[in-house]
Amino acid sequence: MISLNELQRPARRKFLRDLAVLGGGLVIGFRLPEKGGRAWAVEEAAAGAAKVYPPNAFIRIAPDDSVTLIVNKSEMGQGVYTSLPMLINEELDAPWERIRIEPAPVAAVYNHTQFGLQLTGGSTSVSSSWEQLRGVGASARILLVQAAAQRWGVPATACKAENGRIFHPDGRTSLSYGEVAEEAGKLPLPNEVPLKDPKDFKWIGKSLKRLDTPEKITGKAVFGIDVRLPDMVTVLVARSHVFGGKLKRFDATETLKVPGVVGVYEVPTGVAVAANGFWPAKTARDLLQTEWDEGEGAALSTAKLREEYFALARTPGAVACRDGDVAAGLKAAVKTVRAEYEVPYLAHAPMEPLNVTVDLRPDHCTIWTGTQSQTLDRMAAATAAGLQPEEVEIYTTYLGGGFGRRANPHADFVTEAVQVAKAVGRPVQVIWTREDDLRGGYYRPMWVDVIEAAIGKGGKPVAWKHTIVGQSIMEGTPMAAAMIKDGVDASSVEGAANLPYFIPNIQVELHSPKHPVPVQWWRSVGHSHTAFVVETMIDELAHLARQDPVKFRLSLLPRTSRHRAVLQLAAQKAGWGKTKPAPGHAFGVAVHESFGSVVAEVAEVSLENGQVRVYRVVAAVDCGRVINPDGVVQQIEGGIVYGLAAALHGEITLEGGRPVQSNFHDYPILRHSEMPRVEVYLVPSEAPPSGVGEPGTPPIAPAVANALFALTGKRVRRLPFARENLA
Amino acid sequence: MIAFTLNGRPTTVEADPGTPLLWVLRDQLQLTGTKYGCGIAQCGACTVHLDGRAVRSCVTPVSMVSGKRVTTIEGIGETPVGRAIQRAWQEVDVPQCGYCQSGQIMVAAALLAEHPRPSEAQIVAAMDGILCRCGTYNRIRKAILEAAAGGA
Repeated sequence: MISLNELQRPARRKFLRDLAVLGGGLVIGFRLPEKGGRAWAVEEAAAGAAKVYPPNAFIRIAPDDSVTLIVNKSEMGQGVYTSLPMLINEELDAPWERIRIEPAPVAAVYNHTQFGLQLTGGSTSVSSSWEQLRGVGASARILLVQAAAQRWGVPATACKAENGRIFHPDGRTSLSYGEVAEEAGKLPLPNEVPLKDPKDFKWIGKSLKRLDTPEKITGKAVFGIDVRLPDMVTVLVARSHVFGGKLKRFDATETLKVPGVVGVYEVPTGVAVAANGFWPAKTARDLLQTEWDEGEGAALSTAKLREEYFALARTPGAVACRDGDVAAGLKAAVKTVRAEYEVPYLAHAPMEPLNVTVDLRPDHCTIWTGTQSQTLDRMAAATAAGLQPEEVEIYTTYLGGGFGRRANPHADFVTEAVQVAKAVGRPVQVIWTREDDLRGGYYRPMWVDVIEAAIGKGGKPVAWKHTIVGQSIMEGTPMAAAMIKDGVDASSVEGAANLPYFIPNIQVELHSPKHPVPVQWWRSVGHSHTAFVVETMIDELAHLARQDPVKFRLSLLPRTSRHRAVLQLAAQKAGWGKTKPAPGHAFGVAVHESFGSVVAEVAEVSLENGQVRVYRVVAAVDCGRVINPDGVVQQIEGGIVYGLAAALHGEITLEGGRPVQSNFHDYPILRHSEMPRVEVYLVPSEAPPSGVGEPGTPPIAPAVANALFALTGKRVRRLPFARENLA
Repeated sequence: MIAFTLNGRPTTVEADPGTPLLWVLRDQLQLTGTKYGCGIAQCGACTVHLDGRAVRSCVTPVSMVSGKRVTTIEGIGETPVGRAIQRAWQEVDVPQCGYCQSGQIMVAAALLAEHPRPSEAQIVAAMDGILCRCGTYNRIRKAILEAAAGGA
């Protein structure tokens, strides 16, 4: 069981604050390894009252042998409350059933080892913690053994630790971790922390049950929207329906008549309606009269954007990648093909709409929210509150889905909530309705792609010119300097500027038009569109060359390519080339690398009354060493479903500057009846772990599109499929 | 004053009769296991049982539950079917983010109470309106079949 519930309840706040901020005597800080060596940073904190040892940033062992592991990544469904404890405990070796989880507060010690911020994203939670957390577990075990050895007066090297106990060299005497935890907490940190040989792994590689399941099946799990403070009011904000619109005036006469309404306040994003509970707040907001200066955003429409993007695609863009001479390659070609692609804005639509709870005091601000981005949220909250970052605490609840939306580089939802708390003058819970959430922007950008490709004699590709048009996600964020070089946002071209296939003449160009529609990373970021266009065009070239799509891809992949084994495994398991699909069904394949992992998917597809029906998806995955195999399977299943929902139905369109879609009736996500059978196969690997949260998503749209071509002879180059006439 | 039975206990609330049951549960009775997802009966996250039948609490005015039995995720484990469903959910490790799971479990429990041995088609038909963004549908189907086979 997990103590998260306890943690999130306000009654425990003081206790928590003491523990997390004032500290329990000693806090161990972990820094990035410098030049291959492991550097431990130790900082003394004020002596605290908490009787739990060792007072380590990630591990607390109490005298009663309970083991609390502090997880510095947000649990949004991806299983970090299980996989990260597995990393620590592989070395710590405490009894698994004694392990409790606590979400980390915001502190530098919990920063992401690569990003330098406390952040959950980029499918990096396991890969970035792989060395760090095993090191954490190992150093704790070394200290526990030393403490026991000192008590016995024997050399530590003669003792061993296993399953929560330290064993004396005599083989009979033993002490539990809890019995020596206090002494262990006083010892200096070890200089050398050797890690286990992988062949001795006890837990890594085994499917363990998720530690968060018991809470999530009983209604006990506390999501942000479930936080309850004694004096709290619920707030809904009336925001501009046009991106960039500014409030001109409002009339709250009717609003203020609704029983339960506490007040109406102008805030930077619009008008905040505060009430005792969601329902009066919603009823009252519906009655609010507002007038907006809509600005240039009002002129935006999907039709106009398409026109602009296709015009831009005919002009030279910033060069993201150039190899060989693409013009010469196209000239010398035997057959050429030019194709235009279009994918829409997409909302993340996590099941839990955005929400933030804020208790703002003159000298302190406490925030409860399901966030993926604690450091940036804290900085923005401090600015909005007029406080120092250290005066802002963030308690990360469970996230009812994140998919990138809850890591907003501008801290949009947290900033607004603090501004609201300031205006209202008492604790607030700002809730976004589903409509607010879907219409609130920070979408996956709309993209237009144009590819001109050619094959030469022997059917091999000889030229590939790809032009990409779409808003930059990184522009204007703290990541811009690292991500945008020479006018190219790396996240716009990922998966397109690094093709795995051998093609002698390649050029990839990018246009990044600016518009008031806020855009953001959406599960798999740039790969969510590049995999679609690249993998359907490769399929098109295979057919142009009259070759089997799997064999064609294999012929273009270097011998050392990780794509090969993945592609072959998916093809084999699907019965590609061996089993004939059922009458009226067809197979399609795609393979794509993202977040360090390679995933191939074979989709079996049919058409029912002109509607695309996906029966079965066979996925093969190379994600390096697997920590929790069933956890990886869950993520690949989830990634496929997320990508399939978008491919079949997902689109946010704009008219008069307003998003047209508003709720699940016009922004449908996948339903039970649309769910394909999914089989996931893992390629055995001893390479360090790579991402699994996102890599399942990119290949599904092209795999389905390629199956549709096999079925109908029509190339679908526009998503979602629901827009196409395929009958 | 509206009186009803909530998870086996007599309960009274003062509320505007038009207030959806969802918000009475969440904001007045502090039972936060029942979730808000869409507010227009499109996602099923708010599903509870009203006299044993699955209803969307986001569009059920609280006046409608007067004198009736309401069961929520917090109380479903007290029924044999609910227990069997929760056991199977645990065994199959169904949830990811978990936000929709209260609704999934409530609908599954109502299904099994009515059809102790549902066919796959019955499962899909009953569960189709309950949306999950994480993609747990196949595990849900498996867990329902396991719960049924376990003699719920």
